[in-house]
Amino acid sequence: MKYVNKAVPKKDAMALVTGKPVYTDDIAPKDCLIVKVLRSPYAHALIEEIRTEAAMKVPGIACILTYKDVPQQRFTLAGQTYPEFSPYDRLILDQRVRFVGDGAAIVAGETEEAVDKALKLIKVKYKVLPAILDFHEAKDNEILIHPEDNWEARMPVGADNKRNLCAQKEESLGDVDAVLKNCKYVVDETYHTKANQQAMMETFRAYTYLDYFGRLNVVASTQVPFHVRRILGRALGIGASKVRVIKPRIGGGFGAKQTAVVEMYPAIVTMKTGKPAKILYSRYESQICSSPRHEMEVRVRLGADEKGVLKAIDIHTLSNTGAYGEHGPTTVGLSGHKPLGLYRNTEAYRFTYEVVYTNRMSAGAYRGYGATQGIFALESAVDELAHKMGMDPVVFREKNLTREGDKFIGYDGSPVVTSSTLDKCLARAKEMIGWDEKYPCRDMGNGKVRAVGAAIAMQGSSIAKVDVGGASIKLGEDGSYTLGLGATDMGTGCDTILSQMAADVLETDFDNIVVFGVDTDISPYDSGSYASATTYITGIAVADACEQLREKIKKLGAEMMGTDIEKVEFDGKRVYMLEGEGEVFLEAIAAKGTSGNNTSLQASATRSSQISPPPFMAGAVEIEIDKETGSLEILDYAAVVDCGTPINPNLARVQTEGGLVQGIGMALYEDIQYNEKGQMRNNSFMQYKIPARTDVKNIRVEFIPSYEKSHPFGAKSIGEMVINTPCVTIANAVYNGIGVRIREMPITPEKIAMALAERSEQNE
Amino acid sequence: MEIKFWLNGRKVQTEIKADTLLLDLLREKGCYSVKRGCETANCGLCTVLVEEKPVLSCSTLAARVQEKHVVTLEGLQDKAEEFGRFLAGEGAEQCGFCNPGFIMNIFAMEKELSDPTEEEINEYLAGNLCRCSGFIGQTRSILKYLEYKKTQKEKGEGE
Repeated sequence: MKYVNKAVPKKDAMALVTGKPVYTDDIAPKDCLIVKVLRSPYAHALIEEIRTEAAMKVPGIACILTYKDVPQQRFTLAGQTYPEFSPYDRLILDQRVRFVGDGAAIVAGETEEAVDKALKLIKVKYKVLPAILDFHEAKDNEILIHPEDNWEARMPVGADNKRNLCAQKEESLGDVDAVLKNCKYVVDETYHTKANQQAMMETFRAYTYLDYFGRLNVVASTQVPFHVRRILGRALGIGASKVRVIKPRIGGGFGAKQTAVVEMYPAIVTMKTGKPAKILYSRYESQICSSPRHEMEVRVRLGADEKGVLKAIDIHTLSNTGAYGEHGPTTVGLSGHKPLGLYRNTEAYRFTYEVVYTNRMSAGAYRGYGATQGIFALESAVDELAHKMGMDPVVFREKNLTREGDKFIGYDGSPVVTSSTLDKCLARAKEMIGWDEKYPCRDMGNGKVRAVGAAIAMQGSSIAKVDVGGASIKLGEDGSYTLGLGATDMGTGCDTILSQMAADVLETDFDNIVVFGVDTDISPYDSGSYASATTYITGIAVADACEQLREKIKKLGAEMMGTDIEKVEFDGKRVYMLEGEGEVFLEAIAAKGTSGNNTSLQASATRSSQISPPPFMAGAVEIEIDKETGSLEILDYAAVVDCGTPINPNLARVQTEGGLVQGIGMALYEDIQYNEKGQMRNNSFMQYKIPARTDVKNIRVEFIPSYEKSHPFGAKSIGEMVINTPCVTIANAVYNGIGVRIREMPITPEKIAMALAERSEQNE
Repeated sequence: MEIKFWLNGRKVQTEIKADTLLLDLLREKGCYSVKRGCETANCGLCTVLVEEKPVLSCSTLAARVQEKHVVTLEGLQDKAEEFGRFLAGEGAEQCGFCNPGFIMNIFAMEKELSDPTEEEINEYLAGNLCRCSGFIGQTRSILKYLEYKKTQKEKGEGE
């Protein structure tokens, strides 16, 4: 392999570092109508009357739309494979508004000033309704968030809009209660993770226009172009064939852009006016009406025998999907299936969940997608169980963790562990942090204590039997190749790593691969970049398409030499006779492809996988806590990752570092909060703190790759798993340092100080 | 109102409103490297140089650059490529959206601090947020770049 497993710079690097206009708003036509949304000030209300006459008189206003102007067929904005698991519970605008920030009207005009002025002149008379803000109170509440009769759940996910249920389910293996009863050691605790914003630097945005065929063209910062196409086709009632979606460079997504948050607004304006239109969400809007992580409360019951064998796991998750059900029925599954997959000795398990509607902004997909929440809960409980039996929690994990060749128990993505170095990752993380010398803690004698904490994590690589990777490859007349992709590079570098794979299969130079994506009219179908799918499933498709093209090149080369394909080989530069002399160079074959030729020099492949082989990792942290103030500092973070073959070690490292720092933000301060009226408290970067570079100290990442045989280069995913350890390693370290168990994210100095104060009161 | 200023070395004379922000004026003039990431002066994406000093163009009225020299990344393409190779060499450019503001501030730092420590670098650039990289790869690239510039300079002095 010449390029795979090499730190090749990204294909788009120079354009990005020199600030070229490559993002949605940079390339939008200058005559776009500016689109903005009038937002509900109430958490739950019915629009009784909406008057737009005065607003329409503002010079430059092109159109104002209300709930009376939109198609009445409900849909979901979740970027998922059809038929979506998320319920059809949305309209572009609805008479019922369901959270503070929900859309009440769409205004489009020639200038931002005109639109802002018009927004102020729209008169809305609301009938304010009681709201559900606490997700514990949602199920079977007399307040119904989706009472409408045309609400529809297409998939059997246990949804019931007359009970505020977006999904519910129970699954089990064996009799978990009976096994727990016989366990010598049992824990039963509940862990609470909050909603967090992805906070990608480029906020949500899209522009739309009609082309010369009258089709709706949508240029959007999206992770899911093909899903956006289908969603808009349904939402607008025009069908997917009337929609074309193009993705330029994307300024980050982290799952936020796996929901079609904004595309429908300019789309309906363009359909109504025939004019180009664009919407740019402010940071404020990206905070209050977007697609953040699902708040979850996870109750975990664990049982182990006297030898420290983990015998039973019982997980119950309550998930808050907010006003709409985007990704509600699916994220919750990962809160059980991923943590369950980490342990090998489970005799019985049960996993039950409920996903409820509330009057908060809809949740969505955020890196980790439920696994982050579930792993925080389970890995906290595992530490609590080990402490109960007086065992080192790392030793407990060594005894029980899943190993290569084991059967998976409770993980839904694969029956067996096809590849794993998790045991080695944990051993190495332990060594890197100096666990044996530092566990559990060291009192520094100055009111400060240093402590270590550890945890293990996994994710999947694509959704088994669902996700589709697509690739097309063609030989150009000059001997260069063009790789067409439907997967979306959102900064992660998938255009580059997929080109690395293509270059190696075709035995050509990396620079000889031109990469293109995404345009739904041109690109091969791909589900999109989410579910940790691209390296794995699109990688398989790329290798397959390139193998097919090799055969075509051989066939044409053989024809040119007047021989059979069986008698020739291709070495990337030429097709040559296996016996005797005779060769024809790639350039000649490429030229032949354009003249008197009947052999197509292009190939495409579509691939889906029966299994979703998990990447694994171990994380270990050393923290220092000030016992007086409760302040917490991360001194050292060791992360050891098995993502299979790292296709590009630099990009894999930066994924890990970036994911860890996002996870640290979630662990220490990121927390979407609402007041009693359902208004968000932290609706800007002023109040919603994400990590800055001064917050990041020593983060060390190493790789111990396994080889995943179902992938042509032995690769698995990396992007999501890397956010799963910080919450729990830090919580475990806090306990090891001061004996206080924090079961609710984030771990703020207040929580630590209050817990310490409470304890000292009890001791008095 | 009318203002005159130098944009990337070229004299510009243009009509603006009193409340036009420098960020919006610069994008209108084709400097698309200047990005908006927030409205609260927290992210650093819109950093440009005014009279060689880094400013947040989201919080600067365009009227304030009257008769002043404004430089965006469009005006420093060679330097951007030079540093950019180090950033891309770590894979730390990632989505790229924060890159222009971040790189402008590095150039300002180069002028202001000689031989900065890692801590000084982090403090100087604290206002430049990045959500992709976790900052560590960015720091690696800055340290390598500064080392390279130092060697270049020493070589130059040695000759």
